[in-house]
Amino acid sequence: MRRLLLLVPWIATLTPALYNQRQPYLWGFPFFYWYLFLWLFLSPLLIFIVYRGRRA
Amino acid sequence: MNATVHWTAWGVFLFFFALVTVLGFVAARWKRADLNHLHEWGLGGRRFGTLITWFLLGGDMYTAYTMVAVPALIFAAGAYGFFALPYTIAVYPLMFLVMPRLWNVCRKHHYLTLADFIEGRYASHWLALAVAATGVLATMPYIALQLVGMQVAFEAMGFGDVKQGAEIALIVAFVVLAVYTYTSGLRAPALIAFVKDIMVYVFVIAAVIAIPARLGGYGAVFAAADQAFTAKGGAAGILLGAGQTMPYVTLAIGSTFALLLYPHVVTGTLAASSPGTIRRNMMLLPAYSVALGLIALLGYMAIAAGITAKGNAIVPALIMQSFPEWFAGFCFAAIALGALVPAAIMSIGAANLVTRNFWRPYINANMQPAQEARVAKITSLVLKFGALLFVVFLPLEYAINLQLLGGIWMQQVLPAAFIGLFTRWFRAEGLLAGWALGMGLGTMLCWLQGVKPVYPLPGLGAVYIGLIALTANITLAALITVIANARSKPHAKDATVAADYEDDAALTRS
Repeated sequence: MRRLLLLVPWIATLTPALYNQRQPYLWGFPFFYWYLFLWLFLSPLLIFIVYRGRRA
Repeated sequence: MNATVHWTAWGVFLFFFALVTVLGFVAARWKRADLNHLHEWGLGGRRFGTLITWFLLGGDMYTAYTMVAVPALIFAAGAYGFFALPYTIAVYPLMFLVMPRLWNVCRKHHYLTLADFIEGRYASHWLALAVAATGVLATMPYIALQLVGMQVAFEAMGFGDVKQGAEIALIVAFVVLAVYTYTSGLRAPALIAFVKDIMVYVFVIAAVIAIPARLGGYGAVFAAADQAFTAKGGAAGILLGAGQTMPYVTLAIGSTFALLLYPHVVTGTLAASSPGTIRRNMMLLPAYSVALGLIALLGYMAIAAGITAKGNAIVPALIMQSFPEWFAGFCFAAIALGALVPAAIMSIGAANLVTRNFWRPYINANMQPAQEARVAKITSLVLKFGALLFVVFLPLEYAINLQLLGGIWMQQVLPAAFIGLFTRWFRAEGLLAGWALGMGLGTMLCWLQGVKPVYPLPGLGAVYIGLIALTANITLAALITVIANARSKPHAKDATVAADYEDDAALTRS
């Protein structure tokens, strides 16, 4: 069931309604952009959890 | 055409090109083995560990053309062009599920290509041929586009009065590439990828720090882009406009499917030393997506910097304006080498397909290993020269349009390939009919739209044509399967069993 975590990056990044906005800004980046960059780090984290789950 | 010749930039460029050429030939001795076997020449003996696979797949999937075309799209279309980010995020969870299974079954049965697997799974020559043909057809314009990436870098450095300078440089670069790919096989791009990818990271880090600093920071860059789009009017902006959500989402999903099915990605993945190598890379490869996202922002930086160049010339113009000449040469070398790695792997992947799924079944069924390797080597030469002729003699739009079609075509093998990794429920005849429908429908819709990637569907908005065709494809395949099952037609033979898809504990410590 851990594998369902792999769906989360799909939902989070392929639902633009969640992030198609300017506010809040971070370091000059509108939300739209830093949210997507954030997911570039969260997605590998979720994959890591699934990966560890396989070995356990 | 640039009238001035930037000698310093050329000097730096030539240094790196020479370095990489030496590496390309040295690669034949790296992880030494008999390159007269196709699995050694065309898959590097399936011995690439986590680090090498990271460089190889990274250098393979994030091509020179991407580095030039994505910022150009963002420059013109704003947030819409940023679909490249969800696309390169979504690709890895999917790859994590699918690719280790493909690796396992291919290793177990000594399959070298996706079509080899299809042949074993469905016992259908025709379906295997369809999958192989799709891969080769979709790859050829993709190789041609890599040349375009190089050409852009050459032209920015200038040729003075030499007419056709860019063509001559391209021919030289491609002949060199063709020769070392011939001698070293997949080892050449794997070794070169180390140099190329490190150069790309240096270029990206320098660009995303130095350029915004000059332009007043990221806040100023986004504000300038925002203003420029507002002044122009229209749907483009730094956020998705009305009606852009659907194409943004469907392009991201469809591109994800297509990417994983391309022969160069399959080849790069099958060359990994274990399924664990692949899984670990799914956590590490997003580093390249970070670089891609930052490169994409060069499009906005170009707006803020008041670049007047058009299309693919935007990034080189921005580099020339922002950096001292020697570092511009370094960046152009990174882009040009960024074309060599994928072009080599694409030609190897397509050559493996031609050899295994066309030459062997239809021309010479009794090839010795050395003959098989020779056919592949020669095919890789032919494919590269075909791409070269294409770029030199035909208008650029042809390559771009065909590559767009190629992505739509590539997705049509998904039901046979990826669904086939999990279930044999679909019948080969259904998959074949679905594939034919998907290819025809996708090509037709694309054509009707004047070679555009999206088609307006009533009630849904503009949807990526690849996904429309894929939906029709799967529906027809399922329909034919249901009918065949109802008539209780006998099932064709399946050379694989469920355990072949799981990690082999004895072989691989994952």
